[in-house]
Amino acid sequence: MSQHTLVATVEEGSATLNRVLSLFRQRSFAIESLSIGKTNEHGIMRLTMVVDGAKSAVEQVTKQLYKVVEVRKVSDLSEDPRVERELALVKVSCKTAPQRAEVMQIADIYRARVVDVASGSLMIEVTGPTVKVDSLVDLFKPYGIKELVRTGVVAMTRGQAVSRSEKSDRLKLVS
Amino acid sequence: MRLTHPMRLNGARAICQSLVEEGVSTIFGLPGGAIMPLYDVLPEFPQLNHILVRHEQCAAHMADGYARASAALKKPQEQRTVGVCFGTSGPGATNLVTGICNAHMDSVPLVAITANVPNNMIGTDAFQEADITGITIPITKQNYFVRNGKDLPRVLKEAFHLARTGRPGPVHVDVPKDVLLTDYDWNGYPTSVDLPGYQPTIVPNMRQVKEAARLIERAQRPVIIAGQGVLLSGAWDELRAFAEKTQIPVMTTLLGISGFPEDHPLSLGFLGMHGWVHSNYAVHNSDLVISIGMRMDDRACGKFAGFAPQAKIVHIDIDPAEIGKNVRVDVPIVGDVAHVLAKLEPEIQPDSLQDHAGWLERIRAWREQYPPKCYPDDTPDLFQPQVIQAIDRATRGQAVVVADVGQHQMFAAQHYRYTEPYSYITSGGLGTMGYSLPASIGAQLARPDKQVWCVVGDGCFQMTLQELAVLAIYRVPVKIALLNNEYLGMVRQQQQVQYRGNLVEVDLAGGPDYIKLAQAYGIPAWRATRPDEVDDAIDAAMAYPGPAIVEFRVARTEDVYPWVLSGTSLGDVLPDTPYESARERALAAAGPSPKDGTDR
Repeated sequence: MSQHTLVATVEEGSATLNRVLSLFRQRSFAIESLSIGKTNEHGIMRLTMVVDGAKSAVEQVTKQLYKVVEVRKVSDLSEDPRVERELALVKVSCKTAPQRAEVMQIADIYRARVVDVASGSLMIEVTGPTVKVDSLVDLFKPYGIKELVRTGVVAMTRGQAVSRSEKSDRLKLVS
Repeated sequence: MRLTHPMRLNGARAICQSLVEEGVSTIFGLPGGAIMPLYDVLPEFPQLNHILVRHEQCAAHMADGYARASAALKKPQEQRTVGVCFGTSGPGATNLVTGICNAHMDSVPLVAITANVPNNMIGTDAFQEADITGITIPITKQNYFVRNGKDLPRVLKEAFHLARTGRPGPVHVDVPKDVLLTDYDWNGYPTSVDLPGYQPTIVPNMRQVKEAARLIERAQRPVIIAGQGVLLSGAWDELRAFAEKTQIPVMTTLLGISGFPEDHPLSLGFLGMHGWVHSNYAVHNSDLVISIGMRMDDRACGKFAGFAPQAKIVHIDIDPAEIGKNVRVDVPIVGDVAHVLAKLEPEIQPDSLQDHAGWLERIRAWREQYPPKCYPDDTPDLFQPQVIQAIDRATRGQAVVVADVGQHQMFAAQHYRYTEPYSYITSGGLGTMGYSLPASIGAQLARPDKQVWCVVGDGCFQMTLQELAVLAIYRVPVKIALLNNEYLGMVRQQQQVQYRGNLVEVDLAGGPDYIKLAQAYGIPAWRATRPDEVDDAIDAAMAYPGPAIVEFRVARTEDVYPWVLSGTSLGDVLPDTPYESARERALAAAGPSPKDGTDR
């Protein structure tokens, strides 16, 4: 079992996400995180999924994803040099001025930003790989986390290689 | 209707015109509230012949049987016959679900068209509204909810293309009622599709083909397992040429039956849970398994970890997701079976092939040791294999047999000798009880030149027997062999052996008088209770020009063997239960069952 970052370029449409999720549910394949958003190509969305599973299971789910007609391309970035980021907003409880100062200091070390201030709390925005966000969240726990939201991972390979929707040299296997 | 462009058509006419453009001639369905606009215009399209079913599930099964039987007439994949069914919104659509799922599991080209409530009512829990496209996502190759009628020609073009090409499957198109009623510009039917995300691999990678050829040349104990892919791909000639050149014996999966002629010297019949002992032993002892157009299903392969333990595996399939899904594979070949075999055969150097005579001899010895169960002619009770063998004799193996699901399905697979493509049709993947009667109606409409026998148990028959009305009213000349043991026989058998003989809720005794039931529909029927009554009853049914039913009162507690118990491997196949013990149990159970001779 290991973590895999799958990137799928898919055609925009109300049913596409439904199909992909239905497939994961049907094959009992757990998704750790999922994010979807528009790309530079018109009508093409990009799905980033972090999944936990054996390599053979990830291969199987990749093949199943290719069977979704709206799925153009699926890449497993796990073994490629890549940039992975997620964004989190954390509302941290700070009852006293010293606490507030400490929270701001920790945030600063993580290059996180204070984006909202209220009488008993601070809202911190942090961006980075999952481990960095995890570790910052852990540090805030003793103060009391009032609310937490994470976007899920987005990822991109480093260098010249691109994961786009057009036909690439990678064999697209569909039935 | 002849169309000139440009013109305006309402959605209903656009659908009908699209079906005409796709070469559809037969539709199975049942109208209801939302789909009435489509039925309203149907008479304007005399090319479209509509069969009014009695339950939408059977519309899908009829379309399924129609598509499979049509596939015996070899066609390029772009022209494959697609089964078409209609259903209305809500319950009409949900009733189709079992039939669509059945087609999905067995890769049957099907287009199901449903209507939904009007656009402005969608999402309001309106009367007979169901989120049917939400429901059919996991059981279709693709589905569409067409909220704007201008998309209809494109969607239908795509639907038929997806259904019939690559690995075939069902496509579902749902259309709100107002779209059916609204006029749109008709600019002609599209001539091509634009589906960048759908590019089935037809022609195989030659590197893998060559690798497979080398394995085949080196193999000492090779076997071919032919699945339904051979039939879907129309590759029976290629398979035969390949097997004859390499002298490799061929067995089929349940759905692969009739893809290789069973009277061929290299034919081993079928393998799997109730397949022949010699086939299962051959796989288990082989050093090379060539799986052609099959999905390595658990019923065919037994326990995956124990599948062909000494063998290298070459797996040929058009769907890459099937390769390596269940069983480890040494050489994967993705492509259409006919194309793959056409490339593979010339790659094999006849001089390099090993001599398989000893291997074939070993299989022949197994075959002799474990022959098909044979009964004396004068058994006091009637056994199911006797009936199937009698139908085989009477039809000279030339009929299309549509079997339902259960013991009779397995006996029909075992005891009829199939030699022509798609002469055995059954629900393999989903195992849908009630499939055979509607599917045999569809098969007969597709193949008026063939005699179609529906082989059905009394449990299955009672699931869809309302379609006898279709049989009678359209005078579809299907012959029904009803194997009545007053049990859910396969479940009874498994309770007997695997659940300590604890028979729970499997007894169907007290069911209807099927002769009277047939009479109620105006269908002639005969009953046979003893072996010596079988041939006459079959002859009488065959002599009658229309639909006919023969009820065979068979032994109540016969078991199907050979049997690979769930969770064991093919090499663990249990060969047989002796005739004597079958008879003893039959006699013990025969008490309350009335035996009142031939009727009519």
